[in-house]
Amino acid sequence: MKHYKSQLALIVALAVSLGVSLCSSSIDDYYLDIMLNVGINVILAVSLNLVNGHTGQFSLGHAAFMAVGAYGSSIVTLEMGAAMIRVFGGSSWFAEGLTFLIALCVGGLCAALCGWIVGVPSLRLRGDYLAIVTLGFNEIIRVVLQNTSGDGPFGGALGLKGIEPYTNFFWVFATAAIAIYTISALVNSTYGRGFLAVRDDEIAGESMGVNTVRYKVIAFVTGSFFAGLAGGLYAHLRTTISPEGFNFLKSVDVVVMVILGGMGSTVGVILAAVVLTVLNEFLRDFEQYRMIVFSLLLIVMMIVRPQGLLPATVFQRRKQA
Amino acid sequence: MFSPRSFASLTALAGALIIGFTSCKKEGGNANADEIVIGEVAAMTGGTATFGTSSHAGTQMAIDEINAAGGLLGKKLKLITEDDQSKQGEAGTVAKKLISREKIVALLGEVASGKSLEMGPIAQKAGVPMISPASTNPKVTEVGDYVFRICFIDPFQGTVMAKFAMSRGWKKVAILTDTKQDYSVGLAQFFKEYFAKNGGTITGEQSYGSGDKDFKAQLTAIKAGAPDAIFASGYYNETGLIAAQARELGITAPLLGGDGWDSPSLVEVAGKAIEGSFFSNHFSNEDKSPKIQDFVKRFQAKHGKTPDAMAALGYDSAMILADAIKRAGTTEGKALRDAIATTKDFDGITGKITLDEKRNANKSAVVLTIKDGKFSFVESLAP
Repeated sequence: MKHYKSQLALIVALAVSLGVSLCSSSIDDYYLDIMLNVGINVILAVSLNLVNGHTGQFSLGHAAFMAVGAYGSSIVTLEMGAAMIRVFGGSSWFAEGLTFLIALCVGGLCAALCGWIVGVPSLRLRGDYLAIVTLGFNEIIRVVLQNTSGDGPFGGALGLKGIEPYTNFFWVFATAAIAIYTISALVNSTYGRGFLAVRDDEIAGESMGVNTVRYKVIAFVTGSFFAGLAGGLYAHLRTTISPEGFNFLKSVDVVVMVILGGMGSTVGVILAAVVLTVLNEFLRDFEQYRMIVFSLLLIVMMIVRPQGLLPATVFQRRKQA
Repeated sequence: MFSPRSFASLTALAGALIIGFTSCKKEGGNANADEIVIGEVAAMTGGTATFGTSSHAGTQMAIDEINAAGGLLGKKLKLITEDDQSKQGEAGTVAKKLISREKIVALLGEVASGKSLEMGPIAQKAGVPMISPASTNPKVTEVGDYVFRICFIDPFQGTVMAKFAMSRGWKKVAILTDTKQDYSVGLAQFFKEYFAKNGGTITGEQSYGSGDKDFKAQLTAIKAGAPDAIFASGYYNETGLIAAQARELGITAPLLGGDGWDSPSLVEVAGKAIEGSFFSNHFSNEDKSPKIQDFVKRFQAKHGKTPDAMAALGYDSAMILADAIKRAGTTEGKALRDAIATTKDFDGITGKITLDEKRNANKSAVVLTIKDGKFSFVESLAP
C-alpha cells in the first residue's frame, strides 16, 4: 500500500509540473527563474543528502559532478543537437524534448561514471579523508576545464555559451520529483537499511555482513547521477557555463542546505533548499551586506536548531508512537 | 521522511510559490512616469569586486551629473544597481529581475566577459539594449544586435602596440606569447599582422603557459635575434618574472604588452627590471588633457579616490546611453537600440568612441610606461 501511495504521489507531481509548465508564460520571468533555481537546488540537496545524510559520508565535491553533467549535456546539445532534432523529425516540442532528455541522461551518466571512478578507491577512506579527496576532485575538474583550449569542445576558462534554453518548469520539477522518489524509495527499502547501517555504525554493519564499501559506492554514484542531471538543467537554464561557477563554494552551498535541513531528512533538506534559495533573493535589499546577513542567519539557525530544520528523527519517533 | 510526505510538501511549496508569485505579478515595476529607470549589474562583492565597485562609482557619477543638469526628455534618471556577487548564474537572475520587475529601459554591465555573456541573451530576448563597459572578449557582442560594448576588444591592443613600436622606430621585435590564454594569443596575432605588413621584422616567436616560472630558454632564443623590443602579451604575473629574467640574461630591449599588465603586482614582482617598458590601456588618470583632469577632479571630490580605467569606462557607458536616449527622443527599446548603434565620435573620458556594425567600440587606446615603480602616461593612440 505504501509503495502504491508513493508512486501515485510521483505521478501527481509529474502531472502538476507539466500543468504548471504549460501556463508558465504567465509567470513573471524573474519569479520563474527563482522557482527553477529552487528546483535545481532541491535536486542537488536531495542527491547530496543520500551521501552525506543517509550514508553518513562527507562529500565536499558535489559541484564537480554538477560540472560534469553540465558540460556533458551541453556538449551533446551544442555539437549534436541540430542533427538529433533533424533525425527526430524536425523542430517540434517532441524532437527538442527528446534531444534534451538524451543530453540530460548523457550528462547524468557521465557524472555517475566520474562518481564511480572517484568513489571506488576513495570510499575506503572515512570521514575527513573522504572530504579531502572529494574536495580535491572538485578542484581537479575545475582546473582541467579551465585549462582546455578556448576553441575546443570545453571552451577553456570562458566556458561554453549559446546553449539552447531548453530548461523549463516541467523538466526541473519532474527531475526533482524523480530524484526525491528514487532516493526515498531506495533508502526506505529493505536494501536501503544498508545505507543507514553504514551511517550509524560501520563496524557493527560490517560484522553483520553488510558490504559497506558497496553501499557507499552505490550512494555516491546515485548522488552523482542526480547532481549531473541538475548540472544539465542548470546549463540549459543559464545558456552559458564556465568552470569558475562550479568551484568549491558551490559545493559548500549544497552542503549547507543538507546540514541546515537536517542530515538524512528528505523533507528537511527540501525545505532548506527552498528557504536558502528564496532567502538569497529576499536579502537583495541589503545590497553589499547581504552575505553578512545571510551568514548571520545561518549561524543563528545552527545555534537554535543544531539538528537541522526538520531532523529525520522527528518522523521516526512519530512512526514508533 | 517518507516519499508521499515529501511529495506533498514539495507540491505544496511549489503551489504556494506559484500563487505568491503570480498574484503579485501585475504590481511592482516602475510605473513612475517622471523617471527613466536604468539597470546596472555589477560585482559589488566577491572575487571581482574591485572592478564592480569602480565601474559602479563611475556609472553613478554620470547619472548624478545628468540629473543635476536637468535629466533627460524632461525626466530624471534612476539607476538601479544589482550585485551579482561575482558568481556564475547570479548575473542572469538579476538581469531578469531588472528587466521584468523594474521595467528598465536599458541595461549597463558587466565588467567580466563571462557575466556579460550570461546577460546578453536575456537582454536580447527582452528587447532591452545592453551596454557593457569593459568586457573585452570578442564573443560578448556576438550574442545579438541589442548588445554593445564601449571598450576596445582584445585584438585591437595588438595593433595599437605594433603602431607604437613603429612610431618609436623599432624595426625588429620578438614575440613571447602565453598560449594558454586566448587573450595573449589574440594580441600577439594582431601585433604580428600589423607589424609585418608595415615593414617590421619579427626576429623570433616563443611561447609559454600561464603558471610557468622559468623563461630563460625562451629568452635566450630571443636574445640571439637581438630585437629592439619584446612583445610579451601575457598577464602581469608571468610578465613580471619575464622582465626580471630578461634583465638577468642581459637583454636591455623594452617589453611591450596590453592591459593584462595593469596591476601593482607587476612592479612588485619585476622591480627595476620592468622600468622603461610599455603597455596599452583604456584610460590613464595622468593624461594631461583638460577633459580628463576635470573628470579626475570631480571623481575625487565625490568618491575621495582617483578613478581607474573601470570607473572611466563605467562613466562613459552611462553617458553614451544618455546621449542615445537624447538622440532617440524616446526610451522605447528598438528606437533606443538604433540610436546606440549609430553612436559616432562620442567624446568620452576614454577617448572618441564610435560603435561599428559589430557593436564594438572603435576608439583610441593610451600607452603607459613604468617609471619609478609607477604607471605613467606616454601618449594616446587612435586606431
